[in-house]
Amino acid sequence: MTTEHRQAAPPGTPGGAAPRLDKPPHGEAPAPDPKEARRQARRSRRYRWDIKYSPYGFIAPFFLFFAAFGLFPLLYTGWSSLHQVNLNNPNDLEWVGFENFTRLWDDEFFWNALANTFTIGIISTVPQLAMALGLAHLLNYRMRGSMFFRVAILTPYATSIAAATLVFVMLFGQGDYGVINWGLGLVGIDGVSWEAGDWSSQLAVSTIVIWRWTGYNTLIYLAAMQAIPNDLYESASLDGASRWQQFVHVTLPALRPTILFTVVVSTIGATQLFGEPMLFGGDESGGAQGQYQTLGLYMYETGWTNRHLGRAAAIAWTMFLLLIVIGLLYAFITRWVGRSTGEEE
Amino acid sequence: MATATQTHPEEATDAPAPRRAKRRRGVRAAGQQHRAGWLTYLILVLFALGSILPLLYSAIAASHDNARLSERTPPFWFGDRLFDNLEAAWNDANLVKAMTNTVFVAGAITVSTVLFATLAGFAFAKLRFRAKNFMMLLVIGTMMVPPQLTVVPLFMAIAEIEWTGHLQAVILPTMVSAFGVFFMRQYLTQALPTELIEAARVDGASSLRVVWHVVFPAARPAMAVLGMLTFVAAWNEFFWPIIALTQQNPTVQVALTNLGRGYIPDQGVIMAGAFLGTLPLLIAFVLFGKQIVGGIMHGALKG
Repeated sequence: MTTEHRQAAPPGTPGGAAPRLDKPPHGEAPAPDPKEARRQARRSRRYRWDIKYSPYGFIAPFFLFFAAFGLFPLLYTGWSSLHQVNLNNPNDLEWVGFENFTRLWDDEFFWNALANTFTIGIISTVPQLAMALGLAHLLNYRMRGSMFFRVAILTPYATSIAAATLVFVMLFGQGDYGVINWGLGLVGIDGVSWEAGDWSSQLAVSTIVIWRWTGYNTLIYLAAMQAIPNDLYESASLDGASRWQQFVHVTLPALRPTILFTVVVSTIGATQLFGEPMLFGGDESGGAQGQYQTLGLYMYETGWTNRHLGRAAAIAWTMFLLLIVIGLLYAFITRWVGRSTGEEE
Repeated sequence: MATATQTHPEEATDAPAPRRAKRRRGVRAAGQQHRAGWLTYLILVLFALGSILPLLYSAIAASHDNARLSERTPPFWFGDRLFDNLEAAWNDANLVKAMTNTVFVAGAITVSTVLFATLAGFAFAKLRFRAKNFMMLLVIGTMMVPPQLTVVPLFMAIAEIEWTGHLQAVILPTMVSAFGVFFMRQYLTQALPTELIEAARVDGASSLRVVWHVVFPAARPAMAVLGMLTFVAAWNEFFWPIIALTQQNPTVQVALTNLGRGYIPDQGVIMAGAFLGTLPLLIAFVLFGKQIVGGIMHGALKG
């Protein structure tokens, strides 16, 4: 590559004049011979093409992969949800219209799974994000060992769903056993059969989710807090605001987009919850009474245990529609909150 | 309000000596307000312990036999069965094969994700083309599609071409990620000077040469971080491998699921398997924890 910069061409613009500067490698003046002129024209054409089309080439892999493994399956799931499909013969589709959806309406297991997904989602998301917010606030103080704490609270993120759940199954234990029941016994509380109960099993499953994701969300909040300009705090403290008032009136408003982002991501995660409840009980039934069976588990059970792929597809699309409704709801609430507090967004 | 703050910073703090307050102001990062007190340290230490102890306990439980683990008072220190249990987990859970498979799968996914994400991130950060902003929105929108929506057709497809149980079935669908594209775009927008690209253009470099000689060197730190994040995610990928793979040819997560499903009723062995399956990532965390933390925080900033 030559390193001369003799003229300032406007590079990056389509059809830029750069190739004309592209001198022959040895630096002689361009010969007026027709062969050379043709070569230059070819080169300049190639250059224009390169500038114009290579950006599409660079983003093409992402969109090709998404089309093949995201968009097409998404639509085909919709198509199969209108058919009866058996796992034994997955490419044999028999048209049934909306029957897979209408029978969900009368399906008590579906409603049970929906309710469980909702309650587990609330129990796992709300404390998780609240704790993450508090921890991020503390980590934002000037201190020693700040990086150690950040890495330490992030270690659960490196632990897989499978490993984390197996460890927590052990910690919760059965009947009077397990470390957690032992600890409860120390303070005089009877042991809990965590897996058997309604609320206890959902609490246990939520604990695993909280444990795995609190550190991650803490770092996201911390990053956003560090981006808040210091002047805001200084003027607040000039006005006599206490630490708590500064947190409420400076930190929280500045963090609103980030909080919304984590709420959306956590909601998507909670809707899909699958691995934790599956390994908590050992299979996809979600407990003897299905007391912690989530929609993800119910879909898996329908499709891969009971072999009704068409119905599983209908459950998947119902989950997607639910997510869209929740998304619209969030958008609506954000706008409403933004307006009622009189801030622009 | 703000101007008053800048002219009289000392009066704003309640520190007794103005000189000390001034010195402290110098080291203060944006948004950082107060010095941590003992209560802050206490809470953080408790949370750090809460994050680490369950993992440590899996190692402790892995060092006991079933009889000891079935006692009412659980063990709180290492027993003498650690290596027996590790060996049993290693053999019974097919962990050798699972580890090799997972290293291969996660490695392939990481290389292709980092490569494709860097190319697309560079295009979105620095190149001009039609409908760029709309396409970036599309990329972000794809993150909203839950995996449950794609598994049924993907499963039909791999059943049709007889890929069930083969590793390419779990590699191919995850070879690039929207998060990766977004992450690289954020990084390259700031870290890659446009003049550098222009200079290379003036020299007549083609787009591919620009990518190779200018973009890749500038993107290297972010590529490393994205690689680590992708590797962790791929190592821990659960839902699709459970469906697409079999116990004969598992990834670590599939093998652990098998352990948890109770074919091996020995708690110590299960814990040994869980511990072994996490160990490689824990080692990576000890070595690169700082970079991973930085990567998550950097990626979050514009999220």
